[in-house]
Amino acid sequence: MSDAVKTQTYTLNLGPQHPSTHGVLHVVVEMDGEYCVASKTKIGYLHRGIEKLAESRTYPQVIPYTDRLDYLSGISNNLAYVLAVEKLMGVEVPERAQYIRMITAELMRIASHMVGIGIYIMDLGAVTGAFYPFQLRERVLEMLSQLCGARMTFNYIRIGGVAADLNEDFFKHYEAFLKECPAFIKQYHTLVDDNEIFHARTKGIGKITAEKALNYGLTGPNLRASGVDYDLRRDRPYLQYGKYQINVATTEHGDCYDRYMVRMKEVEESFRLIQQFIQDIPEGPIMAKVPKVIKPPVGDAYHEAENPKGILGCYVASDGSTNPYRVHFRRPSFSNIAIYDEIFIGHKMADLVAILASFDIVLGEIDA
Amino acid sequence: MLSNILEFFDNIFLYIAGLIRHFFAWLGFNATVTEIGMGLVYFIAIIAVCVLCALFYVIWERKLAGYIQRRPGPNRLGPNGWFQTIADAIKLLTKEDVVPLNADRVVHLWAALLIFVPPMLSLAVIPFGRQMAALDLSIGLFYLIAVSALSTIPIFMAGWGSNNKYSLMGAMRGVSQMISYEIPMVFSLLGVVLITGTLEMQSIVAAQNHIWFVFLQPVAFIIYLICGLAETNRAPFDLPEGESELTAGIYTEYSGMRYALFFLAEYCNLFVIASIGTTVFLGGWQGPFLPGWVWFLGKTFVLFSFFIFCRWTFPRIRVDQLMNFGWKFLVPISLANILITSIVLFVFNNGLGW
Repeated sequence: MSDAVKTQTYTLNLGPQHPSTHGVLHVVVEMDGEYCVASKTKIGYLHRGIEKLAESRTYPQVIPYTDRLDYLSGISNNLAYVLAVEKLMGVEVPERAQYIRMITAELMRIASHMVGIGIYIMDLGAVTGAFYPFQLRERVLEMLSQLCGARMTFNYIRIGGVAADLNEDFFKHYEAFLKECPAFIKQYHTLVDDNEIFHARTKGIGKITAEKALNYGLTGPNLRASGVDYDLRRDRPYLQYGKYQINVATTEHGDCYDRYMVRMKEVEESFRLIQQFIQDIPEGPIMAKVPKVIKPPVGDAYHEAENPKGILGCYVASDGSTNPYRVHFRRPSFSNIAIYDEIFIGHKMADLVAILASFDIVLGEIDA
Repeated sequence: MLSNILEFFDNIFLYIAGLIRHFFAWLGFNATVTEIGMGLVYFIAIIAVCVLCALFYVIWERKLAGYIQRRPGPNRLGPNGWFQTIADAIKLLTKEDVVPLNADRVVHLWAALLIFVPPMLSLAVIPFGRQMAALDLSIGLFYLIAVSALSTIPIFMAGWGSNNKYSLMGAMRGVSQMISYEIPMVFSLLGVVLITGTLEMQSIVAAQNHIWFVFLQPVAFIIYLICGLAETNRAPFDLPEGESELTAGIYTEYSGMRYALFFLAEYCNLFVIASIGTTVFLGGWQGPFLPGWVWFLGKTFVLFSFFIFCRWTFPRIRVDQLMNFGWKFLVPISLANILITSIVLFVFNNGLGW
């Protein structure tokens, strides 16, 4: 071949308006034909300055803002913030409220994983795979909306307890959920991971070793898919999680297939836990006695919670006034995507989309 | 009495064609002009078939997809939403036709029209019923294969003319995919040609009088279905479009009616693939009681529904896996199928064994 014939790489903007960037993620990839040779992830298109906004709001007023972080698991975000504030104030939360918090948090985990898995399968090209999980998620949202009237922005966990007690309508939908969830899991395994094409598309794609996962600070299902057995609910229990045995799902390979599998197993585990919590829930008040105007003492507190996407850490600093002096969130999706630029390289265009989706990112959380 | 009625309906389109022919004669045209006139009539009939089947199958696909995904599907306009496609077509017709600034205008615009040529040419030789083919070429099957290979060109034109990286990637994928899958597809049809010894479509249908070739050539039939999906760029082989990867691939820069033309052409192409499958493997228009064209349309309907089921069930395959599957799996299998068919035929024809 003569020197005149040359190939060259080209720059492709994957996003910020692209069907599979899960919002407004912008990945600038350098492509050699179908292969990715370099990549740069750009974020910030959905930045709303939640942390700064929190400084000019009172402590309870910050809770609705946390709903907008990872908008697929609002209650879990509420929980991380509220637990940090309670730690700062030294509030003792009634046991029933703690159980309700655990139940709703686990429900939130199922709802969030349903979206994560559904969109992941849709990005692999199977649109039908997105509809079935969404129907189960609908059940969960229905239950939660009976509790607090909202489907996505709950504002349900309050400082000192929860906003409302479990009610009859909640249990009505809970019965339906009890029937549907195991049937869904069985059916979905048949539909998706019994499929040869799904195996071919996900096995060995986007492999992350345990060491690399830890170095990049991955948390949540993405970390456990790489074989690191770490779950805050078991290893540093908060609420009443310590009373229960939690089977942490891990897989060894850390590829896209494992990230799917871990999430499916976590849904099963959460389903089991919810049943147990509802069985064991004690009677009693749902709110602790907290002052009308919340003024935590001067100091700071940090609390981490195992969210569906990973570990959400919340740091609250108080100067003794009604507004927090500083609020900071350690957002799991933000930490998780740091590894993208490294693992994208050498993969094909279609794999980039698979890897991107397998992390189950939410841009509201990345940009905050 | 009943058989007379059935026979009338069986031949109804032939009677209509005869009437038009008489009408031309009554107008005082000579033989040549009448033939040209009839050619025009056939042409219009094929366009009508194209548009009608696209209209029907678009809404049918959406209905079936709704059923598969446990949702109602379109159900607002007309009885149960069956007029939805018409409304969509009107909407697309009235939309602005945007051409990107740096696009190769001529190539970009013509691609949307040329995409319609291969399915129309193909439909000319498909026997829709007893003696119901616009053209009955003696090399019918050969002609079909040659013509359907043409659809690669407008796909590449669309990708190149749009001046968009996603489009170009889609076009590259499309061309390599369509050319690769042409080969096992032709081989799968070759088995039938070996049995019948003819390329004429009507003779192939007639040869299935006793037994459909799907029972004699089951492997070839399955290969044909897979390749048919790949040829028409349907999921799980919709790489040129690749919605989640390439935004809309080759269609990214098209809007309004030109986008709709691509959309219609996709359904026409799929109808052609289903028609060829019906003719070659499922006994064509043959069947008891009902008129031949009803049988033909019914069988294509079944095949089309199968394609729809595939699309809404499987994830998309990756581009290198697609090539591996085509060249390392389908081609050897189809070659083996031809070999076995030839040996069996040789033994059978020479009276050995039996």
